[in-house]
Amino acid sequence: MNTMAAKQGQNVNFNMASAVSSTLRHGHEMTEKVDGIRHVEDAKLSLRNLNFYYGKFQGLQDINFNIPGQQVTALIGPSGCGKSTLLRTLNRIYDLYPGQRAEGEIIMDGKNLLDGSTDVNMLRAKIGMVFQKPTPFPMSIYDNISFGVKLYERLSKSDMDDRVEWALRKAAIWDEVKDKLKQAGTALSGGQQQRLCIARSIAVKPEVMLFDEPTSALDPLSTLKIEELIHELKAEFTVVIVTHNMQQAARVSDYTAFMYLGKMVEYDHTNIIFTKPGKKDTEDYITGRFG
Amino acid sequence: MSNTLESSLEADKTHMHMNRSSRGFAMGDMVFKWTALFFALVVLLLLAGIIIMLAKGSVPAFEAFGWGFITLEDWDPVNEIYGAWAALVGTLVAAAIAMLIGLPLSFGIAIFITEMAPQWLKRPVGTAIELLAAVPSIIYGMWGLFFFAPWFAAHIQPGLVATLGPLPLIGGLFQMPLLGGASGVSVLTAGIVLAIMIVPFMASVIRDVFEIVPPVLKESAYGIGATTWEVVWNVVLPYTKTGVVGGVMLGLGRAIGETMAVTFIIGNASQLGSSLLEPGTTIAAKLANEFNEADGLQMDALIAMGLLLFIITFIVLMLSKLLLMRLAATQEGRKT
Repeated sequence: MNTMAAKQGQNVNFNMASAVSSTLRHGHEMTEKVDGIRHVEDAKLSLRNLNFYYGKFQGLQDINFNIPGQQVTALIGPSGCGKSTLLRTLNRIYDLYPGQRAEGEIIMDGKNLLDGSTDVNMLRAKIGMVFQKPTPFPMSIYDNISFGVKLYERLSKSDMDDRVEWALRKAAIWDEVKDKLKQAGTALSGGQQQRLCIARSIAVKPEVMLFDEPTSALDPLSTLKIEELIHELKAEFTVVIVTHNMQQAARVSDYTAFMYLGKMVEYDHTNIIFTKPGKKDTEDYITGRFG
Repeated sequence: MSNTLESSLEADKTHMHMNRSSRGFAMGDMVFKWTALFFALVVLLLLAGIIIMLAKGSVPAFEAFGWGFITLEDWDPVNEIYGAWAALVGTLVAAAIAMLIGLPLSFGIAIFITEMAPQWLKRPVGTAIELLAAVPSIIYGMWGLFFFAPWFAAHIQPGLVATLGPLPLIGGLFQMPLLGGASGVSVLTAGIVLAIMIVPFMASVIRDVFEIVPPVLKESAYGIGATTWEVVWNVVLPYTKTGVVGGVMLGLGRAIGETMAVTFIIGNASQLGSSLLEPGTTIAAKLANEFNEADGLQMDALIAMGLLLFIITFIVLMLSKLLLMRLAATQEGRKT
């Protein structure tokens, strides 16, 4: 009963927020913040009452927030807090595993992605994902990129060449691989492999890109390159990144969500989260008092 | 003599003294190394022994018939004329039928178990496959002879003859046998039973290698919108090709060498029929049938057929290695 009332209160406040928006000293268009969660308008993805279960264990509890389009949103929090789980609900990759299920709504372009009628393959073409460890397919660099494109588009050889080059350039790896496109993707270095995987996701022209700790297996220089890349990608894509590295969240993201024990504790502009968080737990985590 | 022994002992002592701490390990390592080497050599010796015995034993047959022994179709103990052609072709045809049916079946089973089966079905199907692999071949033979072959002759064979028989090119393979084929023993039924026998092997090996594909690799293929089929064909198969080829070759090897079940079902005809529905024979079946009453040139001919079987298996093994090398080369070779 209690939560019901809280939900209703939240909805009322969301409505109020759209009417009364104020500008803070950060220069951002500011909207109402309710119980630690700032309501962001122009949402690409809207999560409503999202619950997630691994069998009987509840991995996510009543998540409500908006992911803005053409921005980078970071999910931070201690291990096991549900940030990767949240990311994995967005493209329904959890569907592959029996026993895992999500309840609630994830609205994109007016449609609930969690509906049974959603074509998950089309969905995943729209919402790309890059994983913690680079996962080049066992094929050539060129084929790694063209593979995903071929699934949904029929391109001529020269159009495909152009698309492969475009994706590799976008992922800032073209200059390093342009002379060895026929080589196995697995022969590249770790950092290059990860950028190849990013290029592979870009090539399908998704609308949203999900990054699950994309640099945790990489050296500092490769990490820097990937971060620059993420920064550039937001011009065209909506980016959601899960990271253990708080400096990274501060560097690359516009919005940050702090999660703890399957709940979303606070969600706000990144600079507010890192300079004057509204919740004690958030402050403790970003100052390293727990986590 | 004793001098050199003493001096070598002396040398050993100083050696021991110098490396006292590592000496114990070095000794153990040496013993281990030589023991392992001995076991490895036993395998080579066994192989050499078999080859030598087969080669020596088959000399008289090749002396009598020359290379014609391979291409001669007659097998006539009364007139002492022996040719391996019918059995050779029978072996290859039965194995080919088995692979033709068994390969898609095994892939389907392996893909279903690893990629599609709900959790509650995964284990029962997997266990059933393993149990089938453990059934002794003579039981398949009995089942084939007493149940499957007559059933096939009554229910499937007439349909096959009626539909495929009139077709050009392959029609000849599906003509009703002269004796009516009521018992169902034929090259085709033997091939089908062989397929059933090798499917559990191939399916469980292929399933095992499919299962080593890292989940995150599959997830990333699903993550760009690939369907299960596209993931299996483009990611899982290339990733596991070595193991898959190994599993398939294991099945093919078994299909070529399988003896008891085939002997039961293939009909053991010495002539080569033009239809797959005619009885035939394989090398292994012929050996099993005739060994205990053969002597003289017939015995030599049988040994020579054993050598042929050995060579065929060897060629299959070599081809699989070549295939693997080619597969590896297409990946490497594209490095310009």
